[in-house]
Amino acid sequence: MKILVCISNVPDTTTKIKFQEGNTSIDTTGIQWVINPWDELSLTRALELKDDASTGIKSVTVAHVGPAASEPVIRKSLAIGADDAVRVNLAAQDAYSVAAQLAEVVRKEGFDIILCGIESSDFNGSAVGGMLAEFLDIPSVSSVSGLKFENGAPVLTREIDGGRESVVVPVPFVAVVQKGISKEPRIASMRGIMTARTKPVRICEPVASDSLTEISGFEKPVPRASCKYVDADDPARLIELLQNEAKVI
Amino acid sequence: MSVLVYTENWDGKFKKLSYELVSYGTSVAAMLGTEVIALTIGKATDDELARLGNYGAGRIICLTGDQLSVPDSRVHAKVIADLALKEGCNVVIFSNNIAGKALAPRVSVRLKAGIGSGVSRLPLSLDPFTVYKRAYSGNAFAHVVIKSEIRILTLAQNSFDAVEKPTGALPETVTIDIDGSMIKTSVTETQKQGGKILLTDADIVVSGGRGMKSPDNWAPLVELASILNGATACSRPVSDEGWRPHEEHTGQTGKIIAPNLYIAVGISGATQHLAGVSSSKYIVAINTDKDAPIFEAAQYGIVGDAMKVLPKLVEAVKNLKK
Repeated sequence: MKILVCISNVPDTTTKIKFQEGNTSIDTTGIQWVINPWDELSLTRALELKDDASTGIKSVTVAHVGPAASEPVIRKSLAIGADDAVRVNLAAQDAYSVAAQLAEVVRKEGFDIILCGIESSDFNGSAVGGMLAEFLDIPSVSSVSGLKFENGAPVLTREIDGGRESVVVPVPFVAVVQKGISKEPRIASMRGIMTARTKPVRICEPVASDSLTEISGFEKPVPRASCKYVDADDPARLIELLQNEAKVI
Repeated sequence: MSVLVYTENWDGKFKKLSYELVSYGTSVAAMLGTEVIALTIGKATDDELARLGNYGAGRIICLTGDQLSVPDSRVHAKVIADLALKEGCNVVIFSNNIAGKALAPRVSVRLKAGIGSGVSRLPLSLDPFTVYKRAYSGNAFAHVVIKSEIRILTLAQNSFDAVEKPTGALPETVTIDIDGSMIKTSVTETQKQGGKILLTDADIVVSGGRGMKSPDNWAPLVELASILNGATACSRPVSDEGWRPHEEHTGQTGKIIAPNLYIAVGISGATQHLAGVSSSKYIVAINTDKDAPIFEAAQYGIVGDAMKVLPKLVEAVKNLKK
């Protein structure tokens, strides 16, 4: 069985976001790029499953759609433990075009389990995983917070409103993964970093694909009114303000 | 030309978010000079379905059929896309919730329709069709132009108020026959928490961080949430430590919520935490550290010890309710 983990590179989650060119693009000066947090958790889970010989997982591959500049996150994934990687040489335009490119990678190479993070922390689109499954016309399970094997077959845990359910689908499928899939992201070891240098990264030229959306501008959130302090000895005053001023209780 | 609004039903019932979605669809349809069709899948009574007409739905369609009872996103996306094509819909609206995230991307590919996900306002313009959405996990908002002829929007929860606008529309229930071999998903076990207000539905949320010091200190926080008819939440370190269940984790990688009131107790307010709560209408911070960044995000603050402040807040709310 082969697992594909789709990865996106995003600004480090503590970055103070700034925009340039009339607020139409992000100012990348000084930004540290990291693997999208949900993708990193997916990768960790894929490697944990591969470590367990009873699952019969032979390989964990990462795929990324992006230009050569995003190679560092691919090397990082290899250092964490992925066996190999595919990079589609295209600056990502929108979820639809990224999913179309990833679908081509899956068609060419064939995978049984495809893991996608539920969103990327930059555009928060929550779209690529479901789109990829539809392009391939295979099942998808969304909001997945657990993946294990029982009697050699994958069993997924899916979050539902107010609970969770166990779901079984035949391979190949796309699992759209959220928090809970693995506890903490795996960290690259020194040996992992050394071996990552020699692991194969296949570079594919993009197939023709459309983009259906584009960003015409950004704005920063409006700063909130400054904080009104209430004396710690008189919390009743806070309740009064919430009732009569904010009118929320 | 019409606007299709998909809302799930929960065991045959709708909830506030369903009416918010229909109201949002009604406003989008008014901008476009067209009507709204509200759609749900699975059994619901005519009385319950008719409620969607109170918020402007000109037509109410309920798709039923034995095979549709299995929550298979491939099958559900197909029937939604088929209906959108049959009715000539050029905008399809979902909630940006668990169901919407599962279905909207699949419908997008079927209809070759671009998605504006997590929109929190009405479209900024119709030509080009531009929507306003959260980006960089709450650190920015993006204006997204959807270039396709059919557009899909997913509406951020609690971002649009339900507005009554009765149409008197009568529900149409349509039985759909699906090729059973298309269903690949089987649910082998379901666990549900009973009776509690869901964090994502709650108007008021009381949330605790590491400043609560110990998992044994949660009682007054839970009591405050309970008497406010709210839900409880927590920060990431608290769920990582196992002090609270991980379903309660709000923040960038946890749940993204937008209640009317978010009370952050002993939470310092790291960027990743604020990413999950910054769309709340009001934020109250209670923290011993007067320099904690949470106070920059809050409209009301108390610098003080949660263990002393919380019981007094409980007391004050009780007095209010007398």
